[in-house]
Amino acid sequence: MASQNLIHAVFDDDDQLLDAVKEIRGKKIHIEEIYTPFPVHGLDKAMGLAPTRISIASFMYGCFGLAVALVLTNYIMIEDWPQNIGGKPSFSYFENIPAFVPILFEMTVFFAAHLMVITFYLRSKLWPFKKAENPINATTDDKFLVVLESSSSPEKDIEFLKILGAIDITLKEEEH
Amino acid sequence: MNYSFSKDLKRFSIISIVVGAIAIFYGFWDTPRTVEEAQEKAAAAQHGHNGHGSVETHHSNQGDVNYKSHNDQEDSYQEEHIDGDDHRSDSAENVDDDLQNFHSSDHLIDQTADSDENVYNGESQDEKISSELQYADSDEHQQGHDAESIGTNTHSVQYPSKDTHENVGGHDTHIDHGKHLLHQFKNKPWASVYVSALFFLFIALGTLAFYAVQRASQAGWPIVLFRVMESITAYLIPGGLIVLVILLFSVYGANHLFVWTDSKVVEHDVIIQNKSWYLNDAGFLFRALVILLGWGLYRTYARKFSIKQDQDVAPSINYHKKNFKLSAGFLVFYIISVSVMSWDWLMSIDPHWFSTLFGWYVFASMFVTGITVIALMTIYLKSKGYLDFVNSSHIHDLAKFMFGISIFWTYLWFSQFMLIWYSNIPEEVTYFISRLEDYRLPFLSLLILNFVFPVLVLMNTDFKRTNYIVIITGIVIVIGHYMDVFNMVMPGTVGDQWSLGLVEIGAFLFFLGLFIQIVFRSLEKVPLLAKGDPLVQESKRFHY
Repeated sequence: MASQNLIHAVFDDDDQLLDAVKEIRGKKIHIEEIYTPFPVHGLDKAMGLAPTRISIASFMYGCFGLAVALVLTNYIMIEDWPQNIGGKPSFSYFENIPAFVPILFEMTVFFAAHLMVITFYLRSKLWPFKKAENPINATTDDKFLVVLESSSSPEKDIEFLKILGAIDITLKEEEH
Repeated sequence: MNYSFSKDLKRFSIISIVVGAIAIFYGFWDTPRTVEEAQEKAAAAQHGHNGHGSVETHHSNQGDVNYKSHNDQEDSYQEEHIDGDDHRSDSAENVDDDLQNFHSSDHLIDQTADSDENVYNGESQDEKISSELQYADSDEHQQGHDAESIGTNTHSVQYPSKDTHENVGGHDTHIDHGKHLLHQFKNKPWASVYVSALFFLFIALGTLAFYAVQRASQAGWPIVLFRVMESITAYLIPGGLIVLVILLFSVYGANHLFVWTDSKVVEHDVIIQNKSWYLNDAGFLFRALVILLGWGLYRTYARKFSIKQDQDVAPSINYHKKNFKLSAGFLVFYIISVSVMSWDWLMSIDPHWFSTLFGWYVFASMFVTGITVIALMTIYLKSKGYLDFVNSSHIHDLAKFMFGISIFWTYLWFSQFMLIWYSNIPEEVTYFISRLEDYRLPFLSLLILNFVFPVLVLMNTDFKRTNYIVIITGIVIVIGHYMDVFNMVMPGTVGDQWSLGLVEIGAFLFFLGLFIQIVFRSLEKVPLLAKGDPLVQESKRFHY
């Protein structure tokens, strides 16, 4: 592929976008990327993206956080410096476990949430001061942009997109 | 399309009612009538328990049984005290076999302290008194149904003295304990029926709350489930009346479910006397009536409006709007009435005990049960070829609610448990001591059935959309929350004489049959789709 023609089609309704994506994929036209101002439910499935694995990662981070909290509370409260708090001397982890449950819970949530966000940033190649990738600024406001590969006859594609409800269509030639 | 009540289900529910009714009658017939019979039965039943003390009483001769088991109970209640003393004896572990030794030495210490108080410094004095307080109160809790024993114990709550201490363990309470046992046995069939009656009422009530939330929030997705919810809430009025009848029997002395209804008990009990401005027969029944009336009215009118909206020829949404306003108002009434209901019908079973978040806890339990039953019924109807407009996204949403509210329930359960466990205040902690000692298996099984299992299984997105997994988890949750109600009612009414036997299962089956009859008959009456609702198209197209 020496050169690749891309079509930028702008939609202004998420339901229309969803239907359009299904139609486009039905015609075997490849969709490069879609930029939306908010997460559109069902879009990932309509685009045929592989299901996210972040929930699995999150579960593992949660387990890790739980393990850290277990070790932490056990070391601090039982092994290193046992104290008699409220008539409940901390010599046994098991007998004092109700007191540790809030910590176990919070640490689990803390690890799961933070590591999940960091993973998401890394996976999406996001970092502070990164230059925005969205081609038009309106996708941070109320417009939806579909970037798709044009077939051999771009005019036909443009007609097709108009029928689907795109409000603005531009043809971009990209050198590779 | 209308639902038609299938013959198989009809047969099942009728058999269930008949078998359950027979079991309940057998339970009432089988109740011991005299103290001696009760003692025999207690001796025979000892094998089924988890408590520490019960094993020893097993082989002792009959005359001694009560005294001994009583003592054992004392001992086990002092376990908490022993735990607190661990640092003194430098032993971290509490082996059950060693308990006896601990106890004897403990008694000695107490006795010495009584005769010569100067031996101890202030700190250990405090400890001793608090432990005795706790002991006295827990004992009182156990003996709560007996006027005489309450009399002695009330004094010991206020000023624990050597005399009462000896008295409680001594032969004076021998007869009292026998009577007490008889009362526990007499309560047992009543309590079993009460648990099941409440549990199924809670299903209807939880569903009603869920329905009202959907109406008030004008949610788009659950419209296709409205008929299912409305038919489940059809059980509310008959179920509520059954509970009301049981409450009437209790107030007029047919059983001892609520100790505070017995004026002889209240006479000797300062703590209940102080609460009697609220906790009295007339107020209790009046509140029950108002509460049931409020729920019943909302249910009747919400259903009426829902059907009228369907039949509306002119395209108007008047009844939808009416239902919205009615539901929003009902939710305010509901959240107050459910708290009051939980104090009256459940918390007052242990009239000395109190917990400020108990209402929320009961609410969470009924809410998750209601949602679970909606999911179970929806999947059942789908499997029979009805509800073709319900798709897997609706099931997914219900399963999400099951997952989320299960965590919410656990949060409240734990909040209540941890604060009481940590503060260790005698009048509060007895509640959990009796549950941990005599009800260890049902009490701890709650966490597995209602938290660990649903959370781990329903965490997966795909599992929430898989019918048979939702069914299995749903059944576990339903059993778990039956056990929850069981744990709220049984310890205060039958003490350590509980079992999950014929009467309990029979009562469950009886109410299950009744529930199925009422719910599915109500489902038959109107079309399964609330087609007049303005949001019905959104609900049909709902996808996630």
